[in-house]
Amino acid sequence: MARMKFLCDADRCIDCNACVTACKNENEVPWGINRRRVVTINDGKPGERSVSMACMHCTDAPCAAVCPVTCIYPTEDGVVLHSKDLCIGCGYCFYACPFGAPQYPQVGNFGSRGKMDKCTYCAGGGGPEAPGSAEEFAKYGSNRFGEGKLPMCAEMCSTKSLLAGDGEIIAQIYKERVLKRGYGSGSWGWMTAYGEGIRV
Amino acid sequence: MTFPVRIRLLVVAVALLLIAAAVPTQAEKLGPDGAPNPTASVVDEQTLLKQAPRIEGRIDILDPKASVLIEPAGRTWEYFHEVLLHRASAIVILGTITILGLAYLIMGQIRIAGGRSGKKILRFKAFERFAHWLTAVSFVALALTGLNITFGKTLLLPLIGPDAFARVSQAAKYVHDFTGFSFAVGLVLIIVIFFRDNLFERVDLDWIKQGGGFIKNKHAPAGRFNFGEKLVYWLSVAAGVAVSVSGFLLLFPFYGVDIVGMQLAQVVHAVVAVLFVALILAHIYIGTIGMEGAFEAMGTGEVDLNWAKEHHDLWLAQQLANEDRWEQPSATAAE
Repeated sequence: MARMKFLCDADRCIDCNACVTACKNENEVPWGINRRRVVTINDGKPGERSVSMACMHCTDAPCAAVCPVTCIYPTEDGVVLHSKDLCIGCGYCFYACPFGAPQYPQVGNFGSRGKMDKCTYCAGGGGPEAPGSAEEFAKYGSNRFGEGKLPMCAEMCSTKSLLAGDGEIIAQIYKERVLKRGYGSGSWGWMTAYGEGIRV
Repeated sequence: MTFPVRIRLLVVAVALLLIAAAVPTQAEKLGPDGAPNPTASVVDEQTLLKQAPRIEGRIDILDPKASVLIEPAGRTWEYFHEVLLHRASAIVILGTITILGLAYLIMGQIRIAGGRSGKKILRFKAFERFAHWLTAVSFVALALTGLNITFGKTLLLPLIGPDAFARVSQAAKYVHDFTGFSFAVGLVLIIVIFFRDNLFERVDLDWIKQGGGFIKNKHAPAGRFNFGEKLVYWLSVAAGVAVSVSGFLLLFPFYGVDIVGMQLAQVVHAVVAVLFVALILAHIYIGTIGMEGAFEAMGTGEVDLNWAKEHHDLWLAQQLANEDRWEQPSATAAE
């Protein structure tokens, strides 16, 4: 069984935000919700690196563990999905997520959060809605995974720095790159998300 | 904020200040020709995490929360909430219920030794009772809905299924959010109304020396409130303020605090709330089944004269002296 992961090669990322735009467009993400974002470390200084970050679909996802209504769950492929029907908008998944992936539309009184929204690996919702249906799209966004396709962000990456796919395959691609070019700032987030980095 | 939490906050703050000075000189590495070498100057994830507990950068999004790239403390907080809090809360709450159960089985209800006199004296006026019950009812609602967040999925979800449980939890969330305000109002009233009578006096020392009357089974001297009650008051004030402040931070997320602040607020809120629940369980016990003649003080406002003589002798003497000054012929209060 494939274990789906994301890997952003920070040494190739040019902060073009194509991944951000692709995700927004493909999933019709409402204004204010940022499923994917690009963060630039040491901006303007030598050694500046940009990293594209969304939900990492962690092993032992802390968001799933902490959810009071257990609405977050991993699939067989390691994709972490959640049910917007069960979500009560308490915000705990955001406190637990090391990557700030869960997003909430501000919907009501005080800091009241609406249903949590996050990167779904373009795998739809996994809920009672028919895969690829209009209802599923309205709630969770596109279901490319059901058609055997990879997430739009990785497909649209202009420099192929954002890799998505089976963890072993993309780790292998990254290792070959680092060996060929002689440098690599590492697989950002892998230790925290999957409990293992990539040793080159 | 508890002491270790405060220390951790201080350490994090100092660490963050230190990076501000450290990073520029550390990041830049020079090449053999003296010019900066960009590739060598790259800082990787592990180095950055050693410098500071989280990695932040520059973003194009307006939301400042998005600038945090990785904060591994999220997993630590999750461990606290799912493991430590679960176990500690279960021990504290079940332990308290067990101890109270044992106390009832061993001591039984503390009875009025002289039997009821049939005569009553006013102990709590209507407004005082209102303040107490406003706070008390709010507290019970908050406790139940708050415990649902931690224990609901373990205890309630298997009984009613995920859909019904999600709907109950959604309603519980709104109840918790809004009842927090009535609790805060009631808390302020209680702090103000009962402040003077809860200041510690010399008679409290005597009460403590006699073990509150529990040791020799002889009633110890007390004013309007004995030392035990004063402890409940001050602990409730401290816990109530802590839980209200942290609760408001949680109600208005990220208003002036960042992710660390929010995680801290939740930790304080949860820990204090659980201890508060244990305290109030003991308070409810002694005020209802634990002691004969206690509940009517808050229920109707009037207590039996013998009860007052045995448990709050100094207060009773003062009340009767006041009435004598007003030249009232009977021992019962005006209303």
